[in-house]
Amino acid sequence: MTSSYASQGLRESATFDRAVINDIQRAAETGIYDIRGWGAKRALPHFDDLLFLGASMSRYPLEGYREKCGTDVTLGGLNALEPIKLAIPITIAGMSFGALSANAKEALGRGATEAGTSTTTGDGGMTPEERGQSKNLVYQYLPSRYGMNPDDLRKADAIEIVLGQGAKPGGGGMLLGQKITERVAGMRTLPVGIDQRSASRHPDWTGPDDLAIKIAELREITDWRKPIYVKIGASRPYYDTALAVKSGADVVVLDGMQGGTAATQQVFIENVGIPILAAIGPAVAALQELGMHRKVQLIVSGGIRSGADVAKAIALGADAVAIGTAALIALGDNSPRYQAEYEKLGSAAGFYDDFQDGKDPAGISTQDPELASRLDPIEGGRRLANYLRVLTLEAQTIARACGKAHLHHLEPEDLVALTVEAAAMARVPLAGTSWIPGSTGY
Amino acid sequence: MTALTSTLTPIQTFDLESATVRELNAALHEAADATSWVVENPAGQHNIAVGIDREVDVTVNGHVGYYFAGMHQRGTVTVHGSAGVGLAENIMSGTVHVTGDASQATGATGHGGLVIVDGNTGARCGISMKGVDIVVGGDIGHASAFMAQAGRLVVCGDAGEGLGDSIYEARIYVKGTVASLGADCIEKPLRAEHRAELAELLTAAGRDDDPALFKRYGSGRTLYHFAAANSHAY
Repeated sequence: MTSSYASQGLRESATFDRAVINDIQRAAETGIYDIRGWGAKRALPHFDDLLFLGASMSRYPLEGYREKCGTDVTLGGLNALEPIKLAIPITIAGMSFGALSANAKEALGRGATEAGTSTTTGDGGMTPEERGQSKNLVYQYLPSRYGMNPDDLRKADAIEIVLGQGAKPGGGGMLLGQKITERVAGMRTLPVGIDQRSASRHPDWTGPDDLAIKIAELREITDWRKPIYVKIGASRPYYDTALAVKSGADVVVLDGMQGGTAATQQVFIENVGIPILAAIGPAVAALQELGMHRKVQLIVSGGIRSGADVAKAIALGADAVAIGTAALIALGDNSPRYQAEYEKLGSAAGFYDDFQDGKDPAGISTQDPELASRLDPIEGGRRLANYLRVLTLEAQTIARACGKAHLHHLEPEDLVALTVEAAAMARVPLAGTSWIPGSTGY
Repeated sequence: MTALTSTLTPIQTFDLESATVRELNAALHEAADATSWVVENPAGQHNIAVGIDREVDVTVNGHVGYYFAGMHQRGTVTVHGSAGVGLAENIMSGTVHVTGDASQATGATGHGGLVIVDGNTGARCGISMKGVDIVVGGDIGHASAFMAQAGRLVVCGDAGEGLGDSIYEARIYVKGTVASLGADCIEKPLRAEHRAELAELLTAAGRDDDPALFKRYGSGRTLYHFAAANSHAY
C-alpha cells in the first residue's frame, strides 16, 4: 500500500506517520492516553545484533547429541536454606491471575513443571490452581500487596520483591474494570468492576537501607528457607543491581523494556527504561565488582524468543532468563487461528495487544468465562513445555558449537556485535575487530 | 538465650541482650498455643516477633524497630515502648498493641486483626489497609490511609495532610482535626451504625472516648474509573 502511494509521488512523514496521526486523533477524540498490553514495539538494539563465534581451529567444539551440555541452575543458594534447583535456565516471568485467566496461569504452571523450571505469581496473589500445578513457584511481593499473606509466603518456593518491571520502570500496576471480576476483586479486596490502580512504591520501605530490613523480615517470617529475589525494571542496572546485592538479595531479576505488561500507558511502554541488551553488561559489572557474580544469580528478561537469545543472555553473564510474552505466544496468543476475531476487535493476529480489555480471543488475557474456556490448561502446558524444550535444545546447540559443556560456560568472549551500538551496549567487540566502544578507546 | 526455662513454665523470658532475634522468632514460630512470653532488652532491633501464627501472648519491654509483629496471624503482642516503621505490616488477625508511639506505615496493607497505638504514629498510617482495624490514641501523620481498601482507622487525635488519598472502601474516624483530605476522600455522615462500630473499636482498644465526637471519612468514589475529566485530581 505504502509503495503504491509512493509510486504516485505521495510522501508519508517519517515524523507524523499514519500511526502517529491515529494516536493524535484518538487522543483528541477520547481525552485519555492509550493503555495497552505487550511491551515496547519500537525497533531496539537487541540480541539479533550479536553473533556467536563458533569453534574452529582455535576452539574445540563438542559433538552435538553425543557430548553432554549441562543446563541446570541453582538459584538462591547464598542465604536460603532451600535454594531452587532448576533443570533449565529458562523461567516463567511474573504474570498475575487477573491479568491472565486461571486456565492460562495453570497452563504456565503445568508447562514450567514439565520442563523442570519455575513459574511466578503476579500482582494479585497466588491461586490454588497455580500452586497446585507448579513444582517451583515464585511468589511476587509487590507494592500493592494484593492477596499477600504469610501462608502463601511459606507455601512459595521463592519470594520475588518487585521494584519494577521493564515495560514500566517507576510505574505501578493497572487492571481495568473489565477484568475486575468477583473472584479477582475478592482476592485483591477491591470493589468489583473498578479500574484498579496499584501503587508504584512499596508502602513500608524506601531505599536500599530499608529494603535490607524488609528482606530480613521476609527471611525471618519464612525461617530463612526461601530464596529472596529482587526484580528491577532496567533503567540504571549498574546501581540498582549493586544496591539489590547490598540489600541482601539472593537473586536479581532484571527486566528490559521489551518485557511485557498487561496494561500500561503506551507512552510509558515506549519511552521509559532501556533494552535488555544494554542492561546486562552493567548489571554483570556490578556483580563482578562486588565479587558476587554467580553467587547472587542474575535472571534477565525482556524479549527472549529463541535459544539463541537464551545463550546470548547467559554468555553476557546472566545465570538464567525469564520469558513472559513468548510463553503467552506459546499458549496461543496472537495465533492466526483467531484472525477473524482479532479483526472484529479492530486488530489482527500478530498485532493484538489490548490485553487490558479482557476480550482476548485466545482466552489468555481475559476473565470472561467463555473466552477463558478456549484455553485447555493441559494442552497449553504441553505447548509451553515443548517450547521450553526447544529453547533449551537451541541454546545447547550453540553452546556445544562454542565448545561448552554447560550453558554457563558461555562467556562474552564467544560473542561479537553486528553494530557499533550493540557492541557498546553489550560490551563485546564489533565483529571483525577488537573494538568495544566505550571500553577500548574511542 | 537466657532464662528460657522449661516449656511447662507459664511465662518464658527471652533476653535479646544475649539471644538473637532469629532465636526468638524461631521459638515463637514453634511455640505451643496458650503460652506466654516476655521479651526483655529489645533495644530497637528490627523484625522482632514477625510471622507469629500461634495463640501466644507476647510482651516486649522496651522499644522495637522496623516491622515489629509483621504479618502477624494469631495471638496478642504488646510492646511497652515505641515501635519503628511498619508496625504490624500486613497483619492478618490477632492483636498488636504499642503503648508508646509508632513510626511510619503502621498497619500497612493489613488484612485483618487489630493494631492499637496508644500514642501517635508517623506518616502513612494504614496505607493500603485491606481489612485491618487500627486505633490510634494520639495523632497520625500525613498520607495516612492512602489507597486504603478496607478496614477501619480510628484516630483519637488529629490527622495530618492528605488523609485517605485515593481511598477505596475503608472507613476513617477522626476525633480531632484533619489538616487536609486527599483526593476523593470526603466527610460522610456518622450514623448510628457507625457510632456502634466505633464504640466497639474504642472498647477493644481499651479507650473511653465518646464516639459521638468523631467524624467519619471515606471514599467519594469519583476516581474509581479512569476519566479525562479527573486529570486535575491526580
